[in-house]
Amino acid sequence: MSKAGTNQRGEMPDPIIKVRDLWKVYQSGRVSVQALRGVNLDVPLGEFLSIVGPSGSGKSTLFHIVGGMTPPTSGEVWVGGRNLSDVGDGGRTELRRTTVGFVFQKFNLLPNLTARDNIRTALHISGQPTSVFSKDFLDILDLLGIAGRLDHKPSEMSGGEQQRVAIARALATRPAILLADEPTGNLDSANSLAVLKLMRDLNERLGQTILMITHNDEAAQYGHRIVHMRDGVIVESSLTAGH
Amino acid sequence: MIFRLVLENVRHRPVRTMLSVLLIAVPVTLILALIGLSNGFLEDSRKRSAGVGADILFKAPGGSLMTFSTGALPQKIVDVLMTEPHVVQATGTLVQPIGGFDSINGIDIEAFGKMSGGFVYAEGHGFQTPDDVLVDTWYAQQRKVHAGGKINLLNRDWNVAGIVEPGKLAHLFAPLSSMQDILGSTGKVSQVFLKLDDPKNADKVAAALKVKYADYGIWSISEMQALISVDSIPLLKNFINVILGIGVIIGFAVVSLSMYMAVLQRTREIGILKSMGATKSFIMSMIMAEAFCLGFGGTVAGILFSYASRTAMHAIAPASLPQAIVYAWWPIAGAVAMGAALLGAVYPGMMAVRQDPIEALAHE
Repeated sequence: MSKAGTNQRGEMPDPIIKVRDLWKVYQSGRVSVQALRGVNLDVPLGEFLSIVGPSGSGKSTLFHIVGGMTPPTSGEVWVGGRNLSDVGDGGRTELRRTTVGFVFQKFNLLPNLTARDNIRTALHISGQPTSVFSKDFLDILDLLGIAGRLDHKPSEMSGGEQQRVAIARALATRPAILLADEPTGNLDSANSLAVLKLMRDLNERLGQTILMITHNDEAAQYGHRIVHMRDGVIVESSLTAGH
Repeated sequence: MIFRLVLENVRHRPVRTMLSVLLIAVPVTLILALIGLSNGFLEDSRKRSAGVGADILFKAPGGSLMTFSTGALPQKIVDVLMTEPHVVQATGTLVQPIGGFDSINGIDIEAFGKMSGGFVYAEGHGFQTPDDVLVDTWYAQQRKVHAGGKINLLNRDWNVAGIVEPGKLAHLFAPLSSMQDILGSTGKVSQVFLKLDDPKNADKVAAALKVKYADYGIWSISEMQALISVDSIPLLKNFINVILGIGVIIGFAVVSLSMYMAVLQRTREIGILKSMGATKSFIMSMIMAEAFCLGFGGTVAGILFSYASRTAMHAIAPASLPQAIVYAWWPIAGAVAMGAALLGAVYPGMMAVRQDPIEALAHE
């Protein structure tokens, strides 16, 4: 894939994420909070999309719905060909198991397990062999620079290493989409830069579709495209420099 | 992988794990100690009854195997029974409970010795005065007495004339006549032991005696040994069932509380697993597997504690509290502990399963 969003013939394939008139309303006591108000979004296969916006703009809610963590109130959300509006909790669990991989701001590694066992847990949950890592995945570990840190627990690693393990874990099951929620939010600038470059490498080398939420405009520039959200709607969508 | 996850969780919080295991071990120990005591007591009774050397036990009408009516039979029945076919020896004893499972037996030492092969003395000698008693080595250890010492029984001081090897009828013996005087049972005995010309005749002779002495308690020794069981001790079975019930309740409560805490402590981890696509059954299996580990650990600890309890009881009261190790009850006690543990994990497991992944991930 030479350019995000096109196939080898230069045609635009069906988007891997398709959102139509998406609403999410939270009920807080007697108050209804409209977190998303008619969002429309297409993310082609292989795109690295950055979503930016202030707190309360609805970007996390969109992230959670696309990742199958919570159902939409109304509208349609297609992820990897599956309409999330039609599936229940079991269907969303299956989506998380097979189609998306999460990377979080706080790394969210299982603290009692080594990096290797964190990865093996993800493989086990997705029903894949856990005893030996595939050649492709070993290449990813090399790319992430953590092949030598697999037998360490999170408490024995730096923040940057933990986030790289989290990325490895998210990619271990070869998900179609990598969802990253403020992946550099807990990292210093050097590690932030390293993680962003890694994500861009993963996108460029493996064609990994990435949807990244960030507050940081500089980080957002690592994507092909930036979507700006405010008050539950997308207010702007623009390609980054060079795309 | 689930077990790896569970193992690391269990190792990660050693104090909570250890406390849970110890608390689950309590009912296991209770069950095994109680069963061990019952079986130890019954086994001890069987050995001691076999040690008499008799072939038939004869008791008063309505007499049961494990209870005694002091002086329920006239002593002259001993001579009458001697005239029965195949009977070559007969001796009557007077039994008086002295608390707990202990009793003192009044014996005609000459006739008893002839039937049983005689006492083996570890210390001292046989009766020389009406105030003499013999105690077996276990009872001597329990009461810390030696030959030549004094012991207070039935509100009077006795001379410990001898310490004998255990395994013959009882732990404590006094002259039959002295016991009859003290208990106001002159000319009475509690039971009569009969020795036959050939032990093979025991069932036949017992059957004939049952016809002749209808309503009397008559058992061949082999029949008697078979009947010495938990069922023959009044209410023991009920007591065991109560202890089993308590075991289930304690195991349930302990594991429920422990796993409830574990689920609260691991809210975020459960959220992480859910974000990876862990199914409800995976989460529930993880909680159940941890409960299984705690239950298994509690069972193993309970078994070890039952050995400790036996050692302690043997040191404190070897005669009164002979605790056996009953292997057959290990799986039962284990099933009680693990069943209760798994039952106790159901509610915390449901809590974990129902957790919203977003809220769980936001949990600090």
